Amino acid sequence: MSSLISSSVGEEQNMLLLLEVAGLQVQIAGRSVLEDLDFRLDRGQFCALIGENGAGKTTLLRAILGLQPVRQGSIRIQGKPASELRGQIGYVPQKIAFDPNLPLRTRDLVELGLKGNRFGFRGFFGNTRSAVAAALAAVDGEGFADQRIGRLSGGQQQRAVIAHALVRRPPLLLLDEPLANLDFRSTNTLVQMLGRLVREEKITVLVTAHDMNPLLPFLDRLIYLAHGRAAVGDVDTVVQDGVLSHLYGYPVTVLRHQGRILVLPEDPRQGMETACPAHREAEHGEPGP
Amino acid sequence: MIPEFPDLGLLHFLNDPSVRSALWIGTMAAMLNGVIGVFAILRSQAFAGHALGDISSAGGAAAVFTGISALWGFLGMAWLAALVLSALGLKRAGERDLVTGVVLGGGLGISALFLYLDATGSSYSGAAVSIMFGSLFGIPGSMVLPVILSAMAGLLLVLLCYHPLLLVAADPDLARVMGVPAAFLETLYLLLLGLAAAISALTVGAILATALLLGPAGAAIHLARHPAQAFLYAAGIAFFCVVAGIYLAYESFYWFDGMAWPVSFFVVVLVLLSYLLAAAGSRIGIRQGRQTPAGATR
Repeated sequence: MSSLISSSVGEEQNMLLLLEVAGLQVQIAGRSVLEDLDFRLDRGQFCALIGENGAGKTTLLRAILGLQPVRQGSIRIQGKPASELRGQIGYVPQKIAFDPNLPLRTRDLVELGLKGNRFGFRGFFGNTRSAVAAALAAVDGEGFADQRIGRLSGGQQQRAVIAHALVRRPPLLLLDEPLANLDFRSTNTLVQMLGRLVREEKITVLVTAHDMNPLLPFLDRLIYLAHGRAAVGDVDTVVQDGVLSHLYGYPVTVLRHQGRILVLPEDPRQGMETACPAHREAEHGEPGP
Repeated sequence: MIPEFPDLGLLHFLNDPSVRSALWIGTMAAMLNGVIGVFAILRSQAFAGHALGDISSAGGAAAVFTGISALWGFLGMAWLAALVLSALGLKRAGERDLVTGVVLGGGLGISALFLYLDATGSSYSGAAVSIMFGSLFGIPGSMVLPVILSAMAGLLLVLLCYHPLLLVAADPDLARVMGVPAAFLETLYLLLLGLAAAISALTVGAILATALLLGPAGAAIHLARHPAQAFLYAAGIAFFCVVAGIYLAYESFYWFDGMAWPVSFFVVVLVLLSYLLAAAGSRIGIRQGRQTPAGATR
């Protein structure tokens, strides 16, 4: 019951193993949010974490970051407990809204990705120019490098925060609902950029989303969360009537049309389709700055 | 420690020992408040800065009543209030402002009590005015060294924690992800804010402390293009306002037949003028396209 599709990573592939979550249980205020979660991610994989609101996506990201206490189980990154790697994992939060009056340029925010946790005088020495330039180039952010961060568009602020996370060359980059507030064109630009990072920089990228469709062309793996449990594997193995019905505990229909996927869980308690992972920004929508 | 000056012409005011004490204390107040004020504005905690200044008046009044030095009175009360705010550890801005307001009310109530006790019990009748509006020329020379040492210690702490403080101010979430101890920095910052407010209260008075804390920093944020520039501009503007204010107050003795106007008045007017000039300057800068106005890139 715990992991419906266990990841089939063989011994010879352990060199590639980046993230290993085993028997993870998380409770928040006495309520079980994640129950016995198991999955593994390899280096250089593009992975989506799909689930409805309240499925535990953000909780899982926070647990990987070491910000969420874990009731049971382990999270290991490159063989070490995640708590030891705190500060080395890249994270792009969902809510990004900088004050327009902050005297902080994009390049200053990116530089803080390297220096933001340096106490003492170390932060004032060491040349970060080339690292900052490389991170800005990776998100195509050279054009707004010298503008105040709070005066950029929502999409540009998001790319600035990605550069802030990338500058310390994290092995793992987590993005919480990065597509939630983007229009069609910005979504494609962002997904292609992330795909390029995975291929060229060999970074493992884990993206949470309601809707898997924009991510499909690039996805190596999919973690489908529902009711605190997960199905893990590649898209075709996980997104099937049988697997998802097992996960939800009631019948689920998967429709495929012209390369797009529609998941229709049929919740018996409500007697109707409750979730279609189409665009549902309105529920989550944060107004841009 | 302070050498005698020869005839200095325009700078003849430096010959007066009380002016020299005022300059030392004012310079320290300016540098610390300029720097801490920028953080206060970056963190949207201008109101907390204002409140700590006002609340420190209770300590100033208690100091007069008990006979201890005014600096320790201001500082003790500002730190007590800072620790209360830190212990409440509120995250949402609206909630924080509400609690700051409640703590401010309590502090001013204590201030009312001690000012009453000062007025009825002590021989020093001008206590209320000098606590609330400052009397920079009346500060004893023995205060100079403690002020210099505590302000320098404050600035050193800011330097040691500069980048983490900046990241927490820009976005606390990003800071936590990088393993920055955000709660520790919050308390440290509030204690530094209390120190800045106390030295500012000593310089221009508890009520006007907020002017030195927020005015130069606000002006600097209008003009600066990046963080280091904001800190340097804020300290520079505050320094100019304090020194020019001291000079004008000293000279005003000759303008008004021996009735010198208060230093605090001149300092605060100069702070206001700098802020207005900076705000106007940044608007002109935006119009000329040097900076992008809000929303223009969307």
